[in-house]
Amino acid sequence: MAMDTLPHAAGIIGAVVPRIDGPLKTTGTARYAVDHNFPGLVHAVAVQSTVGSGSIRTLDTAAAEKMPGVLLVLHHGNMKGAYRLFPHQDDATISEARPPFEDEKIYYWGQFVALVVAETLEQAGAAASAVRVEYDAQAPDVRTDLSAGFTGTRQSSWKRGDPDQALTTAPVVVDETYATPVETHNPMEMHGTVAVWEGDHLTLYESSQGVVNHRIVMAEVLGVPRENVRVISRFIGSGFGGKLFPWPQSTLAAVAARNLNRPVKLSVDRRMMFSNVGHRPHTQQRIRLGAAPDGKLTAIRHDFFTETSMLDDFVEHCGEQTPFLYSCPNLEVTTGMVRRNVGAPAPMRGPGAVPGLFALESAMDELAIKLKMDPLELRLKNDAERDEGTNRPFSSRHLKECYLTGAEKIGWKQRTPEPGSMRRDGKYIGWGLAGASWAAARIPCTATVELCPNGRICVRCATQDIGTGTYTIFAQVMQAKTGVPLDRIDVFLGDTSLPDGPTSGGSMVTSAVLPAATSAANEAVTRLLNIATLTAGSPFAGAKADTLTVSHARIHAKDQPASSGIAFEEVIRMANLSGITAAGKTIPSWEDPKARDFSMHSFGAHFAEVEWEPEIARIRVSRIFSIFDCGRIINKGAGANQILGAAVMGVGMALFEDTVHDPRTGQPINGSFADYLVTTCADLPALDVTFLDYPDLLVNEYGARGIGEIGMAGVAPAITSAVYHATGIRVRELPIRIEDLLQSKILEV
Amino acid sequence: MQTFNYVKAPNIDKALTGLGSGKFIAGGTTLVDLMKLDVERPSTLVDINVLALDKIEKLPDGGLRIGALVRNSDLAWNADVQKSYAVLSQALLSGASPQLRNMATTGGNLMQRTRCAYFREPSAGTPGGYGCNKRTPGTGCAAMDGFNRTHAILGTSEHCIATHPSDMCVAMAALEAVIHVEGPKGKRTIAFADFHKLPGDTPHIENALEPGELITFVDLPKPVEGARSVYLKLRDRASYEFALASAAVVAKVEGGHIRYVRVALGGVGTKPWRSHEAEATLNGKPAHAAAFRAAAEAALATAKPRSDNAFKVELAKRCLTRTLKLATA
Ligand SMILES: Cc1cc2nc3c(=O)[nH]c(=O)nc-3n(C[C@H](O)[C@H](O)[C@H](O)COP(=O)(O)OP(=O)(O)OC[C@H]3O[C@@H](n4cnc5c(N)ncnc54)[C@H](O)[C@@H]3O)c2cc1C
Ligand code: SF4
Repeated sequence: MAMDTLPHAAGIIGAVVPRIDGPLKTTGTARYAVDHNFPGLVHAVAVQSTVGSGSIRTLDTAAAEKMPGVLLVLHHGNMKGAYRLFPHQDDATISEARPPFEDEKIYYWGQFVALVVAETLEQAGAAASAVRVEYDAQAPDVRTDLSAGFTGTRQSSWKRGDPDQALTTAPVVVDETYATPVETHNPMEMHGTVAVWEGDHLTLYESSQGVVNHRIVMAEVLGVPRENVRVISRFIGSGFGGKLFPWPQSTLAAVAARNLNRPVKLSVDRRMMFSNVGHRPHTQQRIRLGAAPDGKLTAIRHDFFTETSMLDDFVEHCGEQTPFLYSCPNLEVTTGMVRRNVGAPAPMRGPGAVPGLFALESAMDELAIKLKMDPLELRLKNDAERDEGTNRPFSSRHLKECYLTGAEKIGWKQRTPEPGSMRRDGKYIGWGLAGASWAAARIPCTATVELCPNGRICVRCATQDIGTGTYTIFAQVMQAKTGVPLDRIDVFLGDTSLPDGPTSGGSMVTSAVLPAATSAANEAVTRLLNIATLTAGSPFAGAKADTLTVSHARIHAKDQPASSGIAFEEVIRMANLSGITAAGKTIPSWEDPKARDFSMHSFGAHFAEVEWEPEIARIRVSRIFSIFDCGRIINKGAGANQILGAAVMGVGMALFEDTVHDPRTGQPINGSFADYLVTTCADLPALDVTFLDYPDLLVNEYGARGIGEIGMAGVAPAITSAVYHATGIRVRELPIRIEDLLQSKILEV
Repeated sequence: MQTFNYVKAPNIDKALTGLGSGKFIAGGTTLVDLMKLDVERPSTLVDINVLALDKIEKLPDGGLRIGALVRNSDLAWNADVQKSYAVLSQALLSGASPQLRNMATTGGNLMQRTRCAYFREPSAGTPGGYGCNKRTPGTGCAAMDGFNRTHAILGTSEHCIATHPSDMCVAMAALEAVIHVEGPKGKRTIAFADFHKLPGDTPHIENALEPGELITFVDLPKPVEGARSVYLKLRDRASYEFALASAAVVAKVEGGHIRYVRVALGGVGTKPWRSHEAEATLNGKPAHAAAFRAAAEAALATAKPRSDNAFKVELAKRCLTRTLKLATA
């Protein structure tokens, strides 16, 4: 652990703090989007296209409309009042630019083609299956080889030196292509909307990672003033990036509710999760590394394709970490965007970095093998002291220490490099490692803090807690600033009627909310102390405010113990105030002269161990050590939880997850929890998380960066490298399959 | 899902007379799932859960009688089953999840339907939907040239390559269980090997039950003295996934030679796959690696892989080889 240099270090900041919203969730009392019910509420079920490309020839709703309870069938023939978001809108983002039912065209399998609204969910479902649609179908393009038929232009996003020249002269070269499949976000809670109009005011109960963005988008899409739209998302059964930006179901629910003048509930189902609400797109990445015999990198080329839908320009930025992870004079990163008949992709936990580092770190492992060098040694040798991409110093980078700590933990010194050379308990074992990185920044945020006459504190911010512990972070700050215990702190999030807060994305919420929360708390305390000196009857009347302080929820003289003072709420009552409120604000790091000249990133390393039983071609991940340098960790419980959960997802990425599209229809054919494999508890390795905990004080006063996404980066390449070490099989196309492992020549123990 | 009637049968007679063109419902883990997908559209559900078919009893001849309503978890944890029919307990516990096993019944498990993704598509076998001969004979087979990684390599036909998904049934095939049924025409028994049907050109006919027949019991013969039994299931992840290949072996070794052996495979056949070929190869042979691998080769000799499932041939061989090793160790 790093030295603690902070005044706040003692106490609640940095402790393991159980989530304050935990009991609500474990007792089932937390209300998620579609848990909301209203008098007169009706249910909608969407009808999906059964072809992957083409257009609707006929759409016959006659039978459906006659069915019991049916109130409305919406489709491209009668859809009104859904507009496009201004394409260059600078303060809002939508997932799918085309409003639902804009025309008769079909761009991907499962696209919504009609919406049935009925009194009950069962009636809506039955009528939805009675809508008859005929298509002029074309063969969809869902080819998994992304280079096939690529005619677009490649964008160069980073370039320094002359990598091509350096590659031709490099004594050792690795040139390999790595591919990652379509991975589907599968949070427990599916996307859902309850839309309620009162006159021309709309309230949307959503499962959204960004209520403020959602409001702006929906106001434009529905053609109503922003101030007429309220979006509420108090609890989210996670999103993993899939719920960052609105999807068509939100528009459909709002339009249907407006048509009927009744509240409408619309939830996507698990099958639709695979086709309609985003996924991590296919990537295909060619990596070329050049090195001197001593392992020093001389060239890096990272040329990748990323798949997107027919209409939306989504790029999985696989090369984001490539320019600064290693020191290397010659480098280029290029992107080719490839269109396929799939729904719009969306950011998924660690977008860009996760597939990108799979490729780069796999190639580094292959380079180490070619050089006959230890892969750890190779990493240390090429560690970057400065961000050579932007040519700025790092605000704080301790990647070397991550590697050395991990090596110590797993006992890397005992590793013998030959594939199949290590055994334990009758099984082969393999060890692999990989690095991780993710950007940090301080994004704008506002919040208010209210000191209440009943002795409680209310904090308000229109960010959201997507299951990561944001509620608790706010409460921790309040306790740190005032000593008011957590059970007397009420945190209000996930509602656009609150002060604007950030979207829960990019692992940037914690670093964004801390300055707003701390400055609001500081200001509220200052106001309280001033009132204490000005209020008749207050024991501090006439005192100087700067001689006073608040701790243990009491106002007292700085040089006296808390017991000498009075409970803070007494002053509020004496002054006959309804409460003392102050606002706080976070200045973004790019506007901060101290911060903007630094490259701010988190770093980490995973060390994975696999067990290989060739007799039955069985691979299991047995241990993962994750060592992370993410600034100061505010809540060690929730923080470790993020890295653990990300490692579990990383195991799924390495071994299981793969959305398969039928080539004839373009349908994701394994779209269910039985068929799309995610990690189960029985697959879990022993997980061990270490935080280096160096505060990054350029980010905020506590030195916290984000941790939500970085934990997933590097897991898959650590595992594929371990698999190589155990089996001699290099898997360059995820997931690792029994098919690949059956080729292993390492057979008898 | 379609509208349906629901009746609770208080006894077997009422269950049989109340059925009409409906379906029995036991644990519902297959049936309700397929009703939601519109694959099953029964007009009536006859709930058989209160019938007195929920016991496990020793038979006078030393065998074991399992009621059709015995839950998979109760069967798996039954002391007699664990002691004398370990292969069955292991097979059950390798299947599904604890929650599903608590609901799933012995009769329902015998009747569970394939996990072929095309078969499970609501519109399969209808105009505009995927071809599926099991759903609607004559509409073709979308799996044949589609995604068929999990499909069968043994017992397939040009009409259907759907895998029989059960683990329990593989163990029962090796144990040579006997199925008791009762129907409008009375009671009869069906040998396990005759219960499930090969697809041939009638993949929609999956078993030997006559219309209206109810499974009442499954009898396991007296355990073979001195035999050991093992079930091994291979799949991508460690739990909650159907088999890519599995094997059930009951074997008895005397003086280093195999004196009794029953072999069945799962995850690779269109029905629970008893392998007489493997048994013939093993009988009387010394119990060691060469014989096991030869048996595995024999068991898979007629395998017909498609584009995505060729790996199952080698995987099933390794699976059986290892299971034989464990059962004869
Ligand atoms: C997600 C998932 C994963 C699974 N994984 C596995 C696995 O790994 N391995 C495995 O082996 N199985 C697995 N299963 C299948 C599970 O074992 C079966 O669904 C279960 O055994 C069916 O039993 P049930 O009592 O629920 O049958 P039901 O759903 O009630 O009935 C199934 C069928 O049997 C008929 N039926 C039921 N009882 C009788 C009777 N007494 N006489 C005549 N007909 C009858 C019904 O009419 C119906 O057609 C899985 C199921 C699910 C949903
Ligand atoms: S394999 Fe059988 S069940 Fe699957 S699509 Fe073909 S016919 Fe239907």
